[in-house]
Amino acid sequence: VTHVAALILIFAELSFLAIGGASTTLPAMERAIVHQQHWMSAAEFVRLFALAQAAPGPNMLVVTLFGWHVAGAAGAAAATLAFLLPACVLAYGMGHLWVRFRDRRWRRVVQAGLVPVTGGLMLAAGYLLVRGAATDWRAAALAAMVLAGSLATKRHPLWFLGAAALAGLAGFY
Amino acid sequence: MPPHAEPIRAEPLRLGASALFLAFFQAGLMGFGGTLPMIRRVMVEERRWQTPAEFNELLALCQFLPGANVANLAVIFGSRVCGIRGSAAALIGLLGAPIAIVLVIVSLYDRYGGYAPVRHLVTGLSAGAAGLILATAVKIATPLRTSPRALAILAASFAALGLFRLPFLPSLAVILPASIALAGWSIRE
Repeated sequence: VTHVAALILIFAELSFLAIGGASTTLPAMERAIVHQQHWMSAAEFVRLFALAQAAPGPNMLVVTLFGWHVAGAAGAAAATLAFLLPACVLAYGMGHLWVRFRDRRWRRVVQAGLVPVTGGLMLAAGYLLVRGAATDWRAAALAAMVLAGSLATKRHPLWFLGAAALAGLAGFY
Repeated sequence: MPPHAEPIRAEPLRLGASALFLAFFQAGLMGFGGTLPMIRRVMVEERRWQTPAEFNELLALCQFLPGANVANLAVIFGSRVCGIRGSAAALIGLLGAPIAIVLVIVSLYDRYGGYAPVRHLVTGLSAGAAGLILATAVKIATPLRTSPRALAILAASFAALGLFRLPFLPSLAVILPASIALAGWSIRE
């Protein structure tokens, strides 16, 4: 029960702080889950993230898996709802107010201020995930190849995930 | 047909909860590697519930608000066309199947993760997923490279959360107001 309560507190706070999407909170999730609560290792954190990416649906479903790993079905439900509901209630309320402020100057200023913070948080997320995933030089090389390939081509992300998984399976390790 | 020739709707669109559920269920189930393109296809191209301009407007709002963008989109669009029942139907439709699938995947991993081939597969998958997120970050950061203001803020948030692993809320409480103040100073009418 204490784990479920801790999950709710962690993810409800991050729900309000997830600016520009759920992935920007990955550094904060890693800090709470790996370094403060010691619920899993950094490598396990990345593995759960990768399993969530391999399934269809929004990126935020990794939250469900963190909850599952910590406290089973109750943990999965608690983490998912804690991460979803606060932001969704806010969205429900703001959906009707938007027409009133979308053309205001302060709205454009806030948005212009959010973009570079989102970029920095995503870079931090990518950096921490690569560090967790690069268990040896071959895994690091594979992550670098996917990074370069994804920037250089317009292939679907699923193609890269499949290729990386097969490279791992094919005795690359 | 050019965009300006689209007929203007006489009255606001109304939809039933089951139609919303089905549309978002389809988008969630088919949305590999990000659901947003699939939601756009289902809502704009297949069902024509929204024009491309209306969809972009809705998306701008959802990116402005905190939380998962696609969940916000389901809640707001659902509430506009069908009230709070619409919000619930769209959200449950969007997340129901993916949550079930992801729980099946993690159960299989819990069970068979000890076998060497599964372990190697997931190690490769992890490296790939990490590389993809880093690529997304680079794509967000690239258009900002001409603005010293944006680069400084980007570097500060990367250093705070990525390198020094400072607590999230205090870091944002400093960086976000600074970034908005700088943006207000550089955006003048």
